[in-house]
Amino acid sequence: MNERVPVIPMLWRQTRAQNRAFWRVPIGAFFTLGLPLIMLVLFVALFGNDTLDSTYGNIKTAQFYAPGLAVFAAASATYTNIGMNLSMRRDEGILKRVRGTPLPPWIYLAGVVLSGVWIALVSTVVMMGIGVFAYDVNIEAAKMPAAALSFLVGTITFALLGVALAAVAKSASAAPGIANSTILPLAFVSQVFISLGESRDVPGWLNLVGNIFPLKHFALSFGQAMSPFSKAPAFEWGHLGVMAIWAAIGGLVAWRKFGWDPVPGASSRRARRANRAAVG
Amino acid sequence: MAAAIEVRDLVKTYGPARAVDGVSFSIDEGEVFAFLGPNGAGKTTTIEILEGHRERTSGEVSVLGFDPATGGRKMRDRFGIVLQSSGIDRELTVREVLDLYRSAYTHRRPVDEVIGMVGLEGKADDRVATLSGGQKRRVDLALGLVGDPDLIFLDEPTTGFDPGARRRSWELIDNLAGLGRTVVLTTHYLDEAEHLANRVAVLNGGRIVAAGTPAELRDAASTETSITFRLPTVDSPLGDLLGSLTGRVTGRSREIEIVTPAPTADLAHITSWAVRRGIELEGLTVSKGDLEDAYLGLLADEQTDVE
Ligand SMILES: Nc1ncnc2c1ncn2[C@@H]1O[C@H](COP(=O)(O)OP(=O)(O)OP(=O)(O)O)[C@@H](O)[C@H]1O
Ligand SMILES: [Mg+2]
Repeated sequence: MNERVPVIPMLWRQTRAQNRAFWRVPIGAFFTLGLPLIMLVLFVALFGNDTLDSTYGNIKTAQFYAPGLAVFAAASATYTNIGMNLSMRRDEGILKRVRGTPLPPWIYLAGVVLSGVWIALVSTVVMMGIGVFAYDVNIEAAKMPAAALSFLVGTITFALLGVALAAVAKSASAAPGIANSTILPLAFVSQVFISLGESRDVPGWLNLVGNIFPLKHFALSFGQAMSPFSKAPAFEWGHLGVMAIWAAIGGLVAWRKFGWDPVPGASSRRARRANRAAVG
Repeated sequence: MAAAIEVRDLVKTYGPARAVDGVSFSIDEGEVFAFLGPNGAGKTTTIEILEGHRERTSGEVSVLGFDPATGGRKMRDRFGIVLQSSGIDRELTVREVLDLYRSAYTHRRPVDEVIGMVGLEGKADDRVATLSGGQKRRVDLALGLVGDPDLIFLDEPTTGFDPGARRRSWELIDNLAGLGRTVVLTTHYLDEAEHLANRVAVLNGGRIVAAGTPAELRDAASTETSITFRLPTVDSPLGDLLGSLTGRVTGRSREIEIVTPAPTADLAHITSWAVRRGIELEGLTVSKGDLEDAYLGLLADEQTDVE
C-alpha cells in the first residue's frame, strides 16, 4: 500500500458527506440557521430599527444586532452542531465503523470541522445578507479581511470546542444539555444579543466571565469589523489571541479524550432501563 | 498454508469478569472459521480484539502479521469488518455511503458490483434511513466488502436476513473463500456454520469448549442415530416391537422417534415388524444428529460440569 495518504481528496469527500448529511435534516438546519434569523427579525420588531444620527452618517440599530447574531449562528453551527452530531454518531456506532476503516481518524474529524465552518459561513452570509438587504446594514470592503479572519479563527475555535464537547459528553443525550447550558448563558454576557451593551452597567464579575470565554472575543472582533465606528482594517489581535488559546485547549481536550466507541451504559436512561429489563 | 491469524492465551477482563478467558487458536489463510456459542460467550469480544477495536488484557495475537492493537492504517486497509451492530449514516443514500467508505481503501470494488453482491440494486439511491432492518444489514455487509479485503470479519452477519438473502450471502461468502480470502464469522445459526465453515470453535464462558470441522464436532458429540416414521393409525399395536429395540422410543400420537446406538439392528426389527403386519411406515427416515444436536449436547454437558 502506498504510504502517502491522498489528504486533499479524502478531506474533500469527508467534508462534502458531512455537509450533505447536515442539510438533509431540516430540523438541524432550522435550529442552526433559522433560530438566529428569527431572533434578528424579533429584535428589529421589538426594539425597532431606529436611525442613529452621528458624525459617521446614518446608522441603523440592526447594524449592531446582525453581527452579534451572525456570531451566535456561527458558534451554533460549529460548537453545538458538531458536539451533538459527533456524540450521536458515536452512540450509533458510526464512529466505531469509521475507526475500523483505513481512513486516518484526524481526516474524519477535520472533515467534521471543515463542514461546520462551511455551515457557519452560510449562516453568517445569510444573516449579514438579510441585514444588508432588509435592514440597511452597512458593510465596508476595507474591513472585510478583518471580518474574514475573525470568522475563520472564531469558527475553527468553536469547531474544536465542539469536538472537545463530544469528547467530554459520554452520550448523545448528555451532549445537548452541555452544549446549551454553556453557550446560552455565555451568549448573554458576550455582547452577542446586546452589542450596544459595552457602555451599560454590567456587573464586574459578568464582564469577567465574558472576558474569559471565547464567545465575547468572537463577537467583539467580528463586531468591530462590522462597526461603523471602527477604523479600517479593524483587526483585533487581542481578541483573536484569546480565541486561539481556546482553540488550543479544545484541540488538546479532543486529542487526549476523544473516544470512537459507544460508551457502554452511558446512553439514555431509557436504554439503561431496557438493558436492565433484558438482563434481570 | 500460512496462518492468517494466530492467538495464544488471549484474555480480556472487565473488572472481575473474564469475558475471554485464555483462548488459543489459529486460522489459516483462505479458511472460513466460525465461532459459535451462547449469548455472552465472548464471541464479539474475541473478534473485536482481532479487529483492533478492543484492547486485550493479555495474550499474544497476530493478524496478517500485525498486532491488531498497533496495526493501524496498513492493517485496516486489508480488513473488512462487519460489526454485530453499528449505525450507518442515515441521511445518505446507499450508493453515497458505499462510495464514501470505499474511498479510504487502496483496493476498491466498484460500488455497483458490491450493491449487486448484496442484492440492493433497487435501493441504491434510497436513503439508509428508509431501509428495512435486513436491508440495512445488507449495507453493513456491503461496507465490509468495498475495500476488497484479504480478511473479513463477520459478527452475526445474517441476523435479520430473510431465507433467500441468507442463502445468497452464503454464496457470497463461499465465493470470497474461493478467491482465497479468509473469513472469520460468528453465528447463532448452526446450519450456517455447517454450510460455510471449514472449522468451528464453540465458545462458552470465555473458553473454547470444542473445536474442529463441523463433521468432527458432530461425530464427537453424537454417537446415536435417530429413526423416525409415522404409524398408519394411532392404535397400531407397537407392543411386540418395543421389546426388541435397543434405542429409546418416544412418540406423539402417530409420530414415533427412536434414538439408538445400534441403528442397523433396530431398523431391521422395525421393518420386519412392519412387513409382517402389512403396515406401510410413512416418512421413514434414518438420520445422524446434526451440528445443532452436537452443539446443544456440548453446552448441556458444560452446564452440568459447572454445577
Ligand atoms: N464493554 C464491556 N464492559 C463490560 N462487560 C462487557 C463489555 N463487553 C462485553 N462484556 C461482557 O463480556 C461477555 C462476553 O460478551 P460478548 O459480547 O463477547 O458475547 P457474545 O458471545 O458476542 O454474545 P452474543 O451472542 O449475545 O453476541 C458478556 O458477559 C458481556 O457482558
Ligand atoms: Mg456478540
